[in-house]
Amino acid sequence: MFEILFISTINGVLYGMLLFLMASGLTVIFSMMGVLNLAHASFYMLGAFFGFEITLHMGFWAGLVFAPLIVAGIGMVVERYGLRHVHRHGHVAELLFTFGLTFVIQEVVEMVWGKLPVDYRVPASLDFSAFTVFATTYPAFKIFALLVSVVIFLALLMVIRRTRIGLIVQAALSHPDMVGMLGHNVDRVFMLVFGVGVALAAVAGVIAGPVLVTQSNMAGLLGPILFVVVVVGGLGSLGGAFVASLLIGLVQTYAVAFNISLADVFGSSPLSGDVAFYLDDLWNVTVAQVAPILPYLLLVLILIFRPRGLMGTNNR
Amino acid sequence: MLNVRDLHAYYGKSHILQGVNMSVGANEIVSILGRNGVGRSTTLKAIMGNPVPRGDVEFKQQKIAGRKPHEIARLGIGYVPEERAIFPMLTVEQNLLLGIKSGQKEARWSIEETWKLFPQLRERANAPGGALSGGEQQMLTICRTLMGNPDLIMIDEPTEGLAPQMVERIGDLLQEVARRGISILLVEQRLAIAMRISHRLYVMGHGQMVFEGTPDDLTANQDIRREWLEV
Repeated sequence: MFEILFISTINGVLYGMLLFLMASGLTVIFSMMGVLNLAHASFYMLGAFFGFEITLHMGFWAGLVFAPLIVAGIGMVVERYGLRHVHRHGHVAELLFTFGLTFVIQEVVEMVWGKLPVDYRVPASLDFSAFTVFATTYPAFKIFALLVSVVIFLALLMVIRRTRIGLIVQAALSHPDMVGMLGHNVDRVFMLVFGVGVALAAVAGVIAGPVLVTQSNMAGLLGPILFVVVVVGGLGSLGGAFVASLLIGLVQTYAVAFNISLADVFGSSPLSGDVAFYLDDLWNVTVAQVAPILPYLLLVLILIFRPRGLMGTNNR
Repeated sequence: MLNVRDLHAYYGKSHILQGVNMSVGANEIVSILGRNGVGRSTTLKAIMGNPVPRGDVEFKQQKIAGRKPHEIARLGIGYVPEERAIFPMLTVEQNLLLGIKSGQKEARWSIEETWKLFPQLRERANAPGGALSGGEQQMLTICRTLMGNPDLIMIDEPTEGLAPQMVERIGDLLQEVARRGISILLVEQRLAIAMRISHRLYVMGHGQMVFEGTPDDLTANQDIRREWLEV
């Protein structure tokens, strides 16, 4: 029991940190620019595929560095020559633009790498077991992925808290127009933030690619969960995104790990007759079976009972 | 210093500014008076470049209409909006530091002087800007703009919603600002303070200036006051 709990907790935190790498960029872009970037998960996918390709030619470490840089460049071009022009026509146009972008990226990925999963493997230098708990070995690569996410999280925090550009970004979260009128080039800050935001998603892609499956549908699989994280945490709140990422990471892994149903807990159904016949299925559903629904259930409940999210202050 | 000729501005389809003509000279305090909704705030915003105006705006012999707000700010125009736009999650000190432009040389106004003039801001230097009272926020937002060393500062309704004692202090601050050679363009609802500190006044009505003169001229002109100012 302890073993399952321990392993699931690490897995859950890892999954949560990966979600946070993506959600942090998404939420900062949203609060500064008012743009809900539907294509955010697509940049995560690009990160994974670039990571795979660069790993083939130059090794994993080069991939870890260059894939996010290339994605940052693409992101900045998209902001500068796409979003910035679309921005004038309002939020609906922006949403449609990023929505369309998801298809463009997916089609391009399928043209280049095909629809089947690519052979993106854990690098040999990290392909060993980090430790053994009871009978279970835990792969070193997952610990490495966890470390990378934590280091990036701390670095981001330092940049935002301690540097002048971080100060400008924080100010622009509440009053972007005022920041411009104080003489700061907000457009350039937006472009930079967009680039950094999608680069974070790309980092998540590079380190998640070998563990999950690197395939052209991976953006579609992850995108919806990402929006759950951002809405549950509160649109525009970094702290909220952090809490919600870990929450959803843990809930999903625990739910899969503890494969129990109401029947396991309370014994066989106390009901009898026709009612039991219809409710038996429900009584025997395991938590693992409903695990994929849990985040969306949480999303619905949050939207009903606390629409601004766990820690959201933004009332836009 | 600032020359505005035939300025037009729109919000959507509404034609807010319909040919504004006005000017502010060096070392001058100029006020724009008028009822709500005649376009006084929009005049300041249009000079600042948001909304983008049509017409001529000349500042220190440079045409600035059509330029971006941050470029206009860097040329030396400071703007203090009516809603104050304090960064609520940042500290009082961080709010002030954000007023400094990148690559800026020394200013006529330093953070030490702000502390000296407003000891209550210094006491709360590390408190979040959102926790300040209305009057303190007004002090903070004016000082924040001054940190960027403007040659002209445009201030929108600084005394709105403030207690009389605070209004006096704002008046004193503005006169101190003017003594340092910074021109002031003030949009003000309270006649008394505008009359006391201004060198020149404009009265605005329906998107245009309808009167220009000294405070004494305005005192003498009953008709203008009755038609455009009194409720």
